[in-house]
Amino acid sequence: MSTAHSGYYLPHGSHWPIVGSVGLTAMLGGFGAWLNGSGAGPWFMAAGFAILVIMMFGWFGTVIRENLAGLYNEQVDRSFRWGMGWFIFSEVMFFAAFFGALFYARVFSVPWLGGAGDGFLTHELLWKGFEAVWPLLEPPAAVVTPDSNPYPVPKGIIETWGVPAINTLILLSSGVTVTWAHWGLKKGNRGQLVLGLIATIALGVTFLALQAEEYVHAYQDLNLKLSSGIYGSTFFMLTGFHGLHVTIGTIMLTVILLRAIAGHFTPDNHFAFEAVAWYWHFVDVVWLFLFVFVYWI
Amino acid sequence: MSTATTTHEAHHHDEPPRGLKRWLFTTNHKDIGTLYLIFSLVMLFVGGIMALVIRAELWEPGIQYVDPQFFNAMTTMHGLIMVFGAIMPAFVGLANWLIPMMIGAPDMALPRMNNWSFWILPFAGAMLLSTLFMEGGAPAAGWTMYPPLVLQTGEAFPFLIFSVHLLGLSSIMGAINIIATILNMRAPGMTLMKMPLFVWTWLITAYLLIAVMPVLAGAVTMLLTDKYFGTSFFDAAGGGDPVMFQHIFWFFGHPEVYIMILPAFGVISQIIPTFARKPLFGYSSMVYATASIAFLSFIVWAHHMFTVGMPLAGELFFMYATMLIAVPTGVKVFNWVATMWRGAMTFETPMLFAVAFVILFTIGGFSGLMLAIAPADFQYHDSYFVVAHFHYVLVTGALFAIFAAVYYWLPKWTGHMYDERLGKWHFWLSVISVNVLYFPQHFLGLAGMPRRYADYAIQFTEWNQVSTIGAFAFGLSQLLFVYVIWKCVRGGQKATAQVWEGAKGLEWTVPSPAPYHTFAEAPEVK
Repeated sequence: MSTAHSGYYLPHGSHWPIVGSVGLTAMLGGFGAWLNGSGAGPWFMAAGFAILVIMMFGWFGTVIRENLAGLYNEQVDRSFRWGMGWFIFSEVMFFAAFFGALFYARVFSVPWLGGAGDGFLTHELLWKGFEAVWPLLEPPAAVVTPDSNPYPVPKGIIETWGVPAINTLILLSSGVTVTWAHWGLKKGNRGQLVLGLIATIALGVTFLALQAEEYVHAYQDLNLKLSSGIYGSTFFMLTGFHGLHVTIGTIMLTVILLRAIAGHFTPDNHFAFEAVAWYWHFVDVVWLFLFVFVYWI
Repeated sequence: MSTATTTHEAHHHDEPPRGLKRWLFTTNHKDIGTLYLIFSLVMLFVGGIMALVIRAELWEPGIQYVDPQFFNAMTTMHGLIMVFGAIMPAFVGLANWLIPMMIGAPDMALPRMNNWSFWILPFAGAMLLSTLFMEGGAPAAGWTMYPPLVLQTGEAFPFLIFSVHLLGLSSIMGAINIIATILNMRAPGMTLMKMPLFVWTWLITAYLLIAVMPVLAGAVTMLLTDKYFGTSFFDAAGGGDPVMFQHIFWFFGHPEVYIMILPAFGVISQIIPTFARKPLFGYSSMVYATASIAFLSFIVWAHHMFTVGMPLAGELFFMYATMLIAVPTGVKVFNWVATMWRGAMTFETPMLFAVAFVILFTIGGFSGLMLAIAPADFQYHDSYFVVAHFHYVLVTGALFAIFAAVYYWLPKWTGHMYDERLGKWHFWLSVISVNVLYFPQHFLGLAGMPRRYADYAIQFTEWNQVSTIGAFAFGLSQLLFVYVIWKCVRGGQKATAQVWEGAKGLEWTVPSPAPYHTFAEAPEVK
């Protein structure tokens, strides 16, 4: 705290936040209208998304210009670090909600439906014949009311030691390459930085391609769908949100790559790189939990 | 607590820009704080009018003015708006105004994001309010949005979900900003254990916000996919469980309760020492008690669900864990009383509200302890006793603390003293009417009147009428509050820098009104 903040950069007014609010509202409002069956909904949604993209270009662009102009001191840098760290924590908690749902279903609600503990009478009266197993391929409705069962019954689940294991290796390797890129950056070796980033992005894209292939396999060959009862719900929501985060991370890495090529980073001033690297490691760690709890055990 | 020497240099852009742009584009913590406070005041009245619709309908048994569906929409919207639109933004507004001044910072750590945190709110609020005009009516399943009932909402449903997402986004960004500000922007010498308690309580509140708002976002996302995309998180036929929603929701919901009360504790811990003219008794125990309450708030959530059919071990664990909260809360109440003990007290309006807070919040705390007893809760659950309990902690607790804060710092914000006579009128009208409004609801609940229902059995009539009289009196009294603020903004006796004789802290070292940019040079804290 020794640095007096007389040099703290306080930005003047900015129009980007309100643009962002308009974009968010148009996007979500449009999505809501779409869900209600309105034909204009998707257009509003697309427009809102476009506004958000413009906002991000403008806002981040401003920050990058100010940074390159040397307006930020160490204290501003620390504010960004705290901001990014706590943002990642909020993301962790978002995933925690879905992991919580997975654990609750596996440990409590599915066994109860199968008659465990206090669920004895419910099982007897409502779900007779339902067997509590995990992975749950046949949800209660598939057993009790097979004729009116709305949940597609999968033929199987994704094999743990196939694509998911390869994807684990890919993401772990990408954690290595991004660190290698960081070493390059700290040494002032731009070639190593750029190469490391390209490798990381390539690994991210490969991961996404394999994940997409796996989804197609699940839907077409296994009949495992988002609507396949609680197994499908937790499987697709967890891996889907993770895939979304890998996508966002890959886009962020691409921006960092372009900035690295443009020579924006110096060995002692490159927080944008570090923020994205933190994010990438976070996505990596979430995957490890997914691999263990969704695919493996 | 801290003395400061400040050098104020002439600042070349000390004047705020003029017109609408100032408010739309501002990155100034004081402007943004003002916006938050005004938004919150408007929402207080919107939510308040909904409450009056509820109380009018409950004047007599039978259906009088609104149909039961609309009545339930009113209870739902009233809850959502008061929690997310009135109480939380009011505290964020106070944080914006006060934290930089209290820790000797030039502004918030991330000023542009600060603007966005606020400017999401009016859009989210408008989206939520727009559901009142939609096919199928506004959401009517209660602010807790339990499935499967909430899944029967009409066209309003996705907008309910998305407005909750937006409100959560705003809160998370606000909280990140507050943490970054407190951890990074303190003046030299302002160590953590020298920070005013308002700053401490907000630091812990912000942590709670970041921890639980994403969980709420996850829960409502599951509702959305259950309704539109075929998932079965909350559908037993698909292997899910409606009770699972309650677990996830209350994992958010209980810390949320402390999100709304911890900053109030902070406010009261600033005000009582000033008007008792004594330093706060047990400063460090206050900090530790706040942290303990925050920790416990994560492991008590299922006390909201005692009657839902949990295993006995769950009932017992959540009962005892909940009762533990009484310990750090008791420490706080003791410290406030001990601060007043043998102090040279005067009773200006902020102090009146603070003292009322200590007494009335404690009543709400005790009824909470009653509700924590699992076997007893089977009787109280979903009755008006619960309504009385959480209105004592939220209205005479959180809202009274906000009133106290506004009176306490209004001279610092506007440069004028408010009208003390009218302030006292506002206090006495409020404190009497609020008890007429809520105290009888304890009796109604214990006698068996259920909450969230437009009609009731005839034996409940008298106390409902008393409560309704109190509600309208309380609602009308708040017009006086608006008038006092208006009058103070327009003019009045000039306020000194220190404003209150016993006031200590950095914010009282700068002139009143506080200059547009404070602490361009960091003050030194000894």
